[in-house]
Amino acid sequence: MQSSNGRVRVDGDGSDSGAPTPHAHEHHQGHGQAYAEVPGDVRYEDPWYDALASGWGESAIMNTPASEVPAARRRETATGSDAAAQIYLEVQRSAAFQEVRGRYRRFVMPAAAGFFVWYVAYVVTATTAPGLMARPVAGAVNVALLAGLGQFLSTFLLTWAYARHARLRRDRAALELRWDTQELTREAKGGAS
Amino acid sequence: MTGNHQALALLLFSAFVAVTLGITTWVSRNRHGSEEEFYVGGRLFSPMENGFAIAGDYMSAASFLGVTGLIALFGYDGLLYVVGFLVAWLVVLFLVAELVRNCGRFTLADVVAARMSERPVRIAAGTSSVTVSVLYLVAQMVGAGSLVSLLLGNTGEAARSWAVIGVGALMVIYVSMGGMRATTWIQIVKAVLLLAGTIALTVLVLVRFHGDFDQLLRTAAERSGHGGAFLAPGLKYGGDWTARFDFMSLGLALVLGTAGLPHILSRFYTVPTAQAARRSVVWSIGLIGGFYLMTIVLGFGAAAIVGPEAVRGSNAAGNTAVPLLALDLGGGTDSTGGAVLFAVVGAIAFATILAVVAGITLASSASVAHDLYASLRRRQAKPRSEVAVARVSAAGVGVVAIALGLLARDLNVAFLVGLAFAVAASANLPVLMYSLFWRGFTTRGAVWAVYGGLLPALALVVLSPVVSGSPDSLFPAVDFQYFPLENPGLVSIPLGFVAGWLGTVTSAEVADEAKHAETEVRSLTGAGAA
Repeated sequence: MQSSNGRVRVDGDGSDSGAPTPHAHEHHQGHGQAYAEVPGDVRYEDPWYDALASGWGESAIMNTPASEVPAARRRETATGSDAAAQIYLEVQRSAAFQEVRGRYRRFVMPAAAGFFVWYVAYVVTATTAPGLMARPVAGAVNVALLAGLGQFLSTFLLTWAYARHARLRRDRAALELRWDTQELTREAKGGAS
Repeated sequence: MTGNHQALALLLFSAFVAVTLGITTWVSRNRHGSEEEFYVGGRLFSPMENGFAIAGDYMSAASFLGVTGLIALFGYDGLLYVVGFLVAWLVVLFLVAELVRNCGRFTLADVVAARMSERPVRIAAGTSSVTVSVLYLVAQMVGAGSLVSLLLGNTGEAARSWAVIGVGALMVIYVSMGGMRATTWIQIVKAVLLLAGTIALTVLVLVRFHGDFDQLLRTAAERSGHGGAFLAPGLKYGGDWTARFDFMSLGLALVLGTAGLPHILSRFYTVPTAQAARRSVVWSIGLIGGFYLMTIVLGFGAAAIVGPEAVRGSNAAGNTAVPLLALDLGGGTDSTGGAVLFAVVGAIAFATILAVVAGITLASSASVAHDLYASLRRRQAKPRSEVAVARVSAAGVGVVAIALGLLARDLNVAFLVGLAFAVAASANLPVLMYSLFWRGFTTRGAVWAVYGGLLPALALVVLSPVVSGSPDSLFPAVDFQYFPLENPGLVSIPLGFVAGWLGTVTSAEVADEAKHAETEVRSLTGAGAA
């Protein structure tokens, strides 16, 4: 059962299509909300069903070509902790992981830079241009108070946006990678002992 | 203050102590005292529980007493603290919470040591964690002291000292008996109490002004004697350029420090997964944001209703503004309502201090036992004995905090917390960021990043006007003040980052690619997470 979506795969993984495993349960809990909002690159409506029925490999959350996937299963020569270290390198290079990392960074880097610049600008303006900050807007409310409340507002909005982004764009792929990585690690350790 | 006030406040506070001691006994029954159990409560808390506990850990006496006092005295400049305290959580949410949960087991050092030569890194990160915790503890102890002297009237130094000692003793009992499980439940109870108290006071303030926030601001500005300037930045930090840079320094420390606070980091380990850690942070941002919005109302309310003069008269640093506000809102000094509300607020503030202090003590005892002790005496130590060491080190940390708390008793609590944040941001944040995001980071870089932030931060505090050279400093008689700013962050935080970079580029060691891959994969996927 070779993956068609760029995830690290191992052949003959017995837990793929079996009954609900503890992991499958966790999978469900982790993603049990907001499927109506799943972005366009996820094709199915009910991943809980799919996770059981079609195996982990076929949840097409990422449409990267299979050819980019390193052959994670050809490691017969490696043993023990060497093998474990090798696994993390392979997973790190896999297209699936690159995609998860890319999604994380593409959201976090601009957002973090944005709020940091906005905050520093606020602090610097408050200390260097008190005249501007003291300009009245409505009644006793001045620019300074509005800027302060704006910081609260932007914090709440970014929190919401980050949580939503992580839930919809990262969680499932990350969980699958976690599962695969742990499977590979377990095999490698089993092979060594 | 009348006898009734005091009796009621003491009664309420004793009830809180009794309940928390009950919780401690209850949760520690039939526990086998494993590390997992002691440090992180078995990792079984739900995101909501942990969100409340994080909020409980974070909404310290510094916020409840110190920041409201600063707003009451200096108007808008106090509000700048609040913004920094909240925005800091975005750093935690975006860059720290999930990744740290996935990579570490109990402490900050776990995350760094996974990639590096373990021993030197653990010793460095452990040392800085303990230092930050002790500084933060001192702030809470000072808060406890000024609260007690208010509650019991100015009965002199003895009552104050005994309050500090009593808080220290209680926190050692909570932590060494109940571990993380008891500490977490105490945080949750405290967070609920504090939020309820804050909501009640805020409603009362707004009712007093008929829901007219504008009127509240006007009255505060008028009463302050500064007029419109009270509502704009500049009263406290607007003087010369030293004061302005001091404020920028503080702002930087506040926003970057939270992500380096050991007691906040350790809270992410108490939930089962990274997603749960993320959801706890979302919960806590909601709770903390709401709380700080209300403290703004309370601060301006104290200025408008109590008046800065009365606040300053009770405690020069403003730490007692909220209890005085409660007294007035309840109906004044001689009314029953005033007495009850005053007592309730006093008890809540005291509960806040106790809970925060317990959280920090636990985190620092974990650093002592898991990082320092385990690195320095690994061979003889068995897993069981690490918890024993943690229990003992809780007592040690308690003694140090009590001693320093007695020494620093006249400083503003929010200001002291600002110092702790600066040290956390200088010593802990650079090493954490580099380990998580920099492929080429090496052991020497990690060690340099920690000490390169920690030592300058501490040295600059010692050389600052806080310690010597001015009438308000700790040692007013001597003068070894060479650094003009009270908060070292502006200098020491960049130094921490530069030192980490410098240590890395000068070291002969080549970063282990496989270890970096492991950290990166684990941090983003949760593979192999404890």
